[in-house]
Amino acid sequence: MKYDLQSSNFRAANMPNSTSPESGLKRFGDKRISDLLVESRQANVNRQRVQEFIIEKLLFAGGMAAILFIALIFIFLFKEGAKALFLIKPIEFIGTHILDFDNNRVFACMWQPVGESGKYSIVPLLIGSFLVALPATVISTILGGGCGIYLAEIASAKVREIVKPAIELLAGIPTVVIGFLCLTLLATYVQNAFHTTFRLNAFVGAIGVSLVIIPVIASITDDALRAVPNELREASYGLGATRWETIWKVVVPAGISGVTASIILGMGRALGETMIVVMATGNAALVTGNIFSSVRTMTATIAAELGAVPQGGPQYCALFLVGAILFFITFVLNLVAEMIINRMRKKLRL
Amino acid sequence: MTVGKRKIFNSFFQGLCRSMAFLAMAVLIVILVKVVTNGVGVINLSFLFKAPREGMTEGGIFPAIFGTVCITMLMIVLAIPVGVSAAIYLTEYAGKNFLGRIIRASINNLAGVPSIVFGLFGVGFFVLFIGRGMDKILGIPLLFGQPAMLWAASTLALLVLPVIIVSTEEALNSVPVSLREAAFALGATKWQVVRNVVLPQARSGILTGAILSISRGAGETAPILFTGCAYFLPRLPVFTIPYVHIPVINPLDQFMELSYHIFIMATQSTNVAATRPIQYGTTLVLIALTFLLNLSAIIFRIYFRKRPR
Repeated sequence: MKYDLQSSNFRAANMPNSTSPESGLKRFGDKRISDLLVESRQANVNRQRVQEFIIEKLLFAGGMAAILFIALIFIFLFKEGAKALFLIKPIEFIGTHILDFDNNRVFACMWQPVGESGKYSIVPLLIGSFLVALPATVISTILGGGCGIYLAEIASAKVREIVKPAIELLAGIPTVVIGFLCLTLLATYVQNAFHTTFRLNAFVGAIGVSLVIIPVIASITDDALRAVPNELREASYGLGATRWETIWKVVVPAGISGVTASIILGMGRALGETMIVVMATGNAALVTGNIFSSVRTMTATIAAELGAVPQGGPQYCALFLVGAILFFITFVLNLVAEMIINRMRKKLRL
Repeated sequence: MTVGKRKIFNSFFQGLCRSMAFLAMAVLIVILVKVVTNGVGVINLSFLFKAPREGMTEGGIFPAIFGTVCITMLMIVLAIPVGVSAAIYLTEYAGKNFLGRIIRASINNLAGVPSIVFGLFGVGFFVLFIGRGMDKILGIPLLFGQPAMLWAASTLALLVLPVIIVSTEEALNSVPVSLREAAFALGATKWQVVRNVVLPQARSGILTGAILSISRGAGETAPILFTGCAYFLPRLPVFTIPYVHIPVINPLDQFMELSYHIFIMATQSTNVAATRPIQYGTTLVLIALTFLLNLSAIIFRIYFRKRPR
């Protein structure tokens, strides 16, 4: 008799006329009961194999969903965005010739997507995005990096148990709340401190955005530094280095790829941040290098305008194109960060 | 460099890092204090359980709370099956093969997609492609092809998918291999091992991920801006089943939502100054909601990490 060890849900209920294995010798109809048993067990095994197969395929489908949706985001953004290239001349995405006050034709980069002759230059939007994202990245690299070093190298286990959750909670504050506080409170403080012309400006937005990415940079830096093997620290202490010298000259260089990745990821988050910038940066699409002037980022443009435009029009498609560009930039940043992290993992495993 | 200078350097920079960490905590505390002190004055039962009146300048925020709860529930119902099965596939079936690596890379990228891009995708894919497509196939006038709770929840589900997958994966990986081996040795099949051994052990980790993603979803605004949120609705997104008179949530209706409520009142309401107290009150409710969820997730994690296996 063949026994399949795979079959574990062998049930007595499948056996007619019998409650114990000995009764297998009795006859049931024209078949021996033991044969019936084998058959029913075989049927069970088959059913199980089918079940296993189906379940594996279902789980596989769940796993494929991530790939599918990334592909769909690509397709749908670029499909709608590409329509903009047919509706609007590609050169107009950089700038258009307009008449200035003295009736001279000048080449200007403007985002004014209203009316018949809407102007769709994405230059001011790109400038706006980076004017917020770069200062935010700098601020949060310093602060988040400091937090990460403190958590990984300096804090005692007890303090760590408190500080780390606190930083996680900071990450959990909804961005609309931070945007709201920037709009109502921070903007006034900043204006009083720096006497700026615009109450809402790129700098206010940058501070707000940095609150969102400090936790990102802090936690990845923390992870990266904690992954540095202890032998390096011990060797450094053995040579007579102080704790800070060990941190700055041994541990941070060893974990530099993780720190770099965290900064790149933070930058991606800063570029993609929406609610804070739409509330706190003033939303004026200016071509400027002044950090205290109002700007309009790519994200804020989409958030502020998409709700009010007719579908399929040039502005609608242009907004999708802006979204596609934004997606592309963050996609590349994420990819680079991930490659750096993967390389770090490989290096540390050696 | 002299020894004295090095010592000063040592304590100065360590102190600097410490002060940065405490600055981050101080910012958290300042945010909380500001929101609580400014918002606690308007919080009372009628604020929590009444609808807004007089062009939002008076009344409560019940529809927004109701909408937030509905949409996060719908979101988690949509996201959990996909996210958990993806995580199970990755840890138990795919391992570190090529496909597994690609799936992991996509998840990481999905986590990095800006939330407004999810909003755009929600409009382009869920509302216009799927919704309008369903209308066309069914041959009915505009029903699915407009912003609705279902599409907003789907968009949010997509946003929190990486959160769920990563935390579930962590939970599954923390289950000792020896337990799996013991179950295999008893003749259990792969799915039997996963269902009866691994999943029960990983339950708390999965729950933590679900709580975190609910809090994330409740706080996000950008993805729902165009996929179903409404500034003001005179009634709740509920419809009554005829004859039996049981009210059910209507996923094809638009809804009000806390974070959107804050955004729209702070930036676009007709009288920003008059609604300021309500804005702070709404902020307090939203922050309390997400905070309680996050805090419970953190406590959960500490508690289950300490539990001896």
